[in-house]
Amino acid sequence: MALQVNQPVSREQAKVMNRFDITKRMVALLRNEEAVVGGIGYTNFDLWTVGHRPQNFYMLGSMGLAVPIGMGVALAQPRRKVIALEGDGSILMQLGSLATVAARGQKNLAIVIMDNGAYQITGGQKTLTEEGADIVAIARGCGLHQSVWAADESAFEELIALSLKEDGPWLIGCRIDSEKPKDTTERDPPIIKDRFMRGLGVK
Amino acid sequence: MATEEAWYEIVAGVLKQQKVDLVTYVPDNVLRPLIDLVHADPFFTAFAVAREEEGLGINAGAWLGGRRGILLMQTSGFATLPNALASLSVPFQIPSLLMVSERGTMGEFNIGQQLVARTMRPVLDTLLIENHTLSRVEDVAFIMDRSITQAFATQAPCCFILSPLLTGGKVFAK
Repeated sequence: MALQVNQPVSREQAKVMNRFDITKRMVALLRNEEAVVGGIGYTNFDLWTVGHRPQNFYMLGSMGLAVPIGMGVALAQPRRKVIALEGDGSILMQLGSLATVAARGQKNLAIVIMDNGAYQITGGQKTLTEEGADIVAIARGCGLHQSVWAADESAFEELIALSLKEDGPWLIGCRIDSEKPKDTTERDPPIIKDRFMRGLGVK
Repeated sequence: MATEEAWYEIVAGVLKQQKVDLVTYVPDNVLRPLIDLVHADPFFTAFAVAREEEGLGINAGAWLGGRRGILLMQTSGFATLPNALASLSVPFQIPSLLMVSERGTMGEFNIGQQLVARTMRPVLDTLLIENHTLSRVEDVAFIMDRSITQAFATQAPCCFILSPLLTGGKVFAK
């Protein structure tokens, strides 16, 4: 267990994976109605396209708030595992939230960062991760000690499985490609919210 | 006559009564007694966040998961929120509770605070967010209790603005 965690790879060493493929692998590992909060952008579209689950929440703006929203869900439902799915451009807007998650030691939260070094949805302009900012290193510096880059697909699956089993908070960095999404999330906020709350057993 | 209570004791009491037990905040001097009070009371989970938006997101997630929260901040902090209010709280119909200690008026000494304060009510009104200015200690319980009930019943955000008339505000520190 925790092989990957003990053999960390750097951002440069991590394999560039296909975003849709690893999203599918992640969702396939969810067996206990885990909540997933999708930040904006293509990570969100892929989460939708992989197949809607009642425990998925899709942001439609509020860039950077996937981690805080995920943390809020985790605070409200400490027995449920929560995954905050966020892009590199988005997390760069709200780095302070990593320190908050660390300070609270939110055990049931895992953060998955999809990093392609680009603001892909706006035309592929470089983000600061492409200029040298390492989100995993930043997360560790914030006190999130269980932060690692996924070396490849099997390491990614191992890390997701570990984060669902063992106490967090976790941060899993994933280098991903820039494939276009196959579909777009349905943009109907009250319905997204209502389904999510029912999916969490709140309604 | 039970009006011996200070404004912050009344606020904490209403939050308890309304089962609002999550308090996120970016610190402010005027809010300090309220922040101290909620930290001292095990009923509340209270913690500071790095930025106001973050607190809004945490409280939104908590509410989606069945827990009630409020975000405390000062006027300049509110000015960082319009995007999140317009793209998260309002369209998703999330009853975000906000409490702002009002700077920029009645003796403000910092021109930055004075200017940014003027953006607050126009933003709230433009987004059709219910907002109340709390000026008199005897009104606090009624306004807050009724408005929180309304916010959850109608799934709409609500903002309470703490006037210097209520709190004494922040006075010029020479």
